[in-house]
Amino acid sequence: MSELAMHEMDVLRSQLAERAAAEGLIDVSYRLVDSPVGQLMLAATERGIVRVAFTAEDFDAVLGTLAQKVGVRVLHRAAPLDAAAAQLDEYFAHSRTGFELSLDHRLSSGYRLEVQLALPKIGYGHTVSYKEMAALTGRPAAVRAVGTACATNPLPILVPCHRVLRSDGSLGGYLGGLEAKKVLLDLEHDPGTRGD
Amino acid sequence: MTTNPAFELVVRRHGTSVLRMCTALLGPGPDAQDAWSETFLAALRAYPSLAAGANIEAWLITIARHKAIDILRANHPVPMDELPDSVVLPELTGHLEMLDSLASLSELQRKVIGYHYLLGFPYADIPAFLGGNPASLRRAAADGIKAMRGQHHEAEEES
Repeated sequence: MSELAMHEMDVLRSQLAERAAAEGLIDVSYRLVDSPVGQLMLAATERGIVRVAFTAEDFDAVLGTLAQKVGVRVLHRAAPLDAAAAQLDEYFAHSRTGFELSLDHRLSSGYRLEVQLALPKIGYGHTVSYKEMAALTGRPAAVRAVGTACATNPLPILVPCHRVLRSDGSLGGYLGGLEAKKVLLDLEHDPGTRGD
Repeated sequence: MTTNPAFELVVRRHGTSVLRMCTALLGPGPDAQDAWSETFLAALRAYPSLAAGANIEAWLITIARHKAIDILRANHPVPMDELPDSVVLPELTGHLEMLDSLASLSELQRKVIGYHYLLGFPYADIPAFLGGNPASLRRAAADGIKAMRGQHHEAEEES
């Protein structure tokens, strides 16, 4: 496709997204943002941010899951995610320690949701063990379930599952890969010195 | 498959071929762009009720054809007797009657003509979508055009 034709298609697609939004026809809007942990995909419903995905997850596969679980009318549209993109930028630049965004938790339910709702209680720069997290939710025996809840967190970074570690201090797992988890923990432990 | 793909992927996969079809029918520029936008907006409205696993490309082509005809009707209320005698599709794309008579052909004829003449695929590429072989598809297209020509002459004789 020629550059002109590609430009024409881009214009048509963004006009389509605007008209669709004006008519309330979008179930999920999404956009990509660059970050120190690689490119991220942010997705939102009219209720709030519903998904943050890492490159390793395969964005098209994530769009497919959103189509299945939320609605098939998924379109690229940046505007509903501008605030989230700006706050993530600030977070990675050490000028923000918490997020003020509406979140849509519809992709989680049951105990997983309970754990994910409790995760923001772990403050910026702090970590807890899976065991402590289980105790924090009033189910001290549910250590494995806490692990699952963290591993399936649909809103990583915004909901800080990266602050949960193994009891021996080792990293445990992370949806975005251990390297990403390490970057986030280093960033939060060493505020202000990584602003490059 | 329990649901159809995210609409974004539909736009990504088929956006260019639908624009090519609209451009073939309406010429490059605002009319083709309007037809494209109306096509995808209508498709987006109807998408949640489209059966899972449906042939999305065929569905979009049908919508695009209707949108193109709407725009042709609005722009060119062409009287019957102004239609040219010889039928060569690319020259006929400005004329409603040919688009309407496409619908009367067999599914295979319509698809081969649409893919070849409206979407610009060489015959060699079409078996990938429709099966068969290039020679049989070329014959199907020729038969279809002959049938349309027949209809066109009938219409002229009746008027």
